[in-house]
Amino acid sequence: MTTNLTIGKAINAGLRRAMESDPKVLVMGEDVGKLGGVFRITDQLYKDFGADRVIDTPLAESGIIGTAIGLALRGYRPVCEIQFDGFFFPAANQTFTQLAKVRRRSAGAVTVPVVLRIPYGGGIGAVEHHSESPEAYFAHTAGLRVVTVANAVDAYWMIQQAIASDDPVVFFEPKRRYYDKADVDTTADLGSAAPMHTARVARPGQDATLLAYGPMVKTALQAAQADTEHDIEVIDLRSLAPVDYDTITESVRRTGRLVIAHEAPVSHGVGAEIAARVTESCFYHLEAPVIRVGAFDTPYPQSRLEEHYLPDLDRVLDGVDRAFTF
Amino acid sequence: MSNNTAQKQPELVQLLTPEGELRRHPDYPIDISAEEMRGLYRDLVLVRRVDTEAVALQRQGELGLWASLLGQEAAQIGSGRALRPGDMAFPSYREHGVAWCRGIRPRQLLSMFRGVSNGGWDPHEYGFHLYSIVIASQTLHATGYAMGVQRDGALGADGTAVICYFGDGATSQGDTSEAFNFAAVNNAPVVFFCQNNQWAISEPPERQARVPLYRRAAGFGFPGVRIDGNDVLASLAVTRAALQHAREGQGPMLIEAFTYRMGAHTTNDDPSRYRVSAELEEWRSKDPIERVRTHLTNEGIADDAFFAEVDAEAESIGERVRRECRELPDPDPLDIFHEVYAEPNGHIDRQRADFADYLASFEDADAEGVR
Ligand SMILES: Cc1ncc(C[n+]2csc(CCOP(=O)(O)OP(=O)(O)O)c2C)c(N)n1
Ligand SMILES: [Mg+2]
Repeated sequence: MTTNLTIGKAINAGLRRAMESDPKVLVMGEDVGKLGGVFRITDQLYKDFGADRVIDTPLAESGIIGTAIGLALRGYRPVCEIQFDGFFFPAANQTFTQLAKVRRRSAGAVTVPVVLRIPYGGGIGAVEHHSESPEAYFAHTAGLRVVTVANAVDAYWMIQQAIASDDPVVFFEPKRRYYDKADVDTTADLGSAAPMHTARVARPGQDATLLAYGPMVKTALQAAQADTEHDIEVIDLRSLAPVDYDTITESVRRTGRLVIAHEAPVSHGVGAEIAARVTESCFYHLEAPVIRVGAFDTPYPQSRLEEHYLPDLDRVLDGVDRAFTF
Repeated sequence: MSNNTAQKQPELVQLLTPEGELRRHPDYPIDISAEEMRGLYRDLVLVRRVDTEAVALQRQGELGLWASLLGQEAAQIGSGRALRPGDMAFPSYREHGVAWCRGIRPRQLLSMFRGVSNGGWDPHEYGFHLYSIVIASQTLHATGYAMGVQRDGALGADGTAVICYFGDGATSQGDTSEAFNFAAVNNAPVVFFCQNNQWAISEPPERQARVPLYRRAAGFGFPGVRIDGNDVLASLAVTRAALQHAREGQGPMLIEAFTYRMGAHTTNDDPSRYRVSAELEEWRSKDPIERVRTHLTNEGIADDAFFAEVDAEAESIGERVRRECRELPDPDPLDIFHEVYAEPNGHIDRQRADFADYLASFEDADAEGVR
């Protein structure tokens, strides 16, 4: 049976199902209780599961992640909400020195199945610290799995897969797409969903591969549609660490061109790593260098300039055009 | 798992009751002229008017967001007026009343909430640092600044003091505890001014702490005091004393201003989801402005002509704020690349030049009638 859900509601439904099927699943964060989170992603969970399982934490991100690690050591599966991308950083120490490394430190004796949910990305006209794309820091850190979603179907399944994973998973939510809708079959088995770390061909094509993730997938699909001269294949990456190179290289070997688009600054970003890998593995198939389209290497600007800062349809099309000038 | 420790509310310093009567306090004597009293009233009314206008401007789509100070005027004006010109204030993001006292113009605040700047004023010019959105980050900056004051030998009766503003929620951050500790072990000249407005978005103080917040100071080894945050005289007198204590080299102090956030957390928030209106009613009877007006009237310090004059001034400020907000120009797109680094950076310069070319390509295309 399918239900038409927004991305936000799909994550909410996925959280609810995970909490129903495993009493060890907890939700914690700032304002996640009565308020249901500032984006209402945990709406009604407090009412239905109570204060022991839906924890309104003190205002301290290091405390949230640090205690989640402790809860995980005691057998719980905490799902932590970080209110906005720019407020993750007080928790950087607990995340990078502890969460990512506890398992190896214990030689595999312990697991820390903590999920960090982080609404990320811009385009909502917000004040500073509410529009950033910090995913590269996480993808750069061994021990963390990093995923993001672009539609309600993936939102519903991947939040459950993230919770079921025995590793820490950083789950990035494209906040400007929270209200995008899709039909979701909420009665299917979790096992029937595509594995969490696979990429997805969102639109087949022959002339060039356009790779995007999270909020940029929609823009990439629009760009593919808008380019009437070329037949563009769009890949929704879904998993940033590990990356599904099988899907990417299969596509690039067919099309000979790769354009990577993300909201984060281009330099040292996820796109840079994929470009390097693809250049190594597909060198003789490439007709053009891998093109990256992203934000400038400047701090996220005041909101009246964000439309210039964020890669939009025109900038993605410009990137595609450049791939065809070689 | 409930928190059953008796939450008997401790005494708070109050110099002006909600009924407008003066109270004496042995530790905080206040000697205030009729003119100063009228000045405080004027400040309170005007900042509330600016705030009301800003909320309206957000509703009309002129601002992206606004964090209202409604209900917290006395805490901010009292403490703001206790500062001397050479003192330094480190605000959070709701301190529009303190900003007012430091000479920041409302349009400078609006420009941040409209999204045309990130603040952009020179903190040294005003003795007022930039707004800080990352909760509690400024507590450490204030402490470090105070350590600098100390090292400059700028202490003494006419020395410099530092004040740091933050909320009840902010007391939970590690940064706040670290700031308290750094200030204590260094005996730094900083006053920590916590506005306990009873809410951190949807969470009440019980979710942040098990003890009254002012008592946190004792554990770090410096004095803490709770004041009636809706009493402008208590805020003025206690902050003045704490600043003096700091500037004379006696170290930090914590002031907890017990007040109430009468509005939503910000214009994005819907408080009906988490709080009851009875609480709001109770606090309405403790309004920070009404009691000053009653006092001025009862003591014959101000007459109807004075109140009418302040109201007229408030109206004209409201109008000016509205006009100035609408006139704030959108920044140039190339502003994105400005002031990222103090030293030249060729990489950014190249990106800036490329983007300028890219923008120009649209103008060329427009001129040719394509696209
Ligand atoms: C580090 C960090 N985490 C989360 C937030 C999101 N946030 C903004 S305001 C706020 C509540 C602050 O409450 P309080 O300190 O009491 O200040 P008030 O808003 O009541 O003035 C939260 C959680 C933030 N700005 N910074
Ligand atoms: Mg508060």
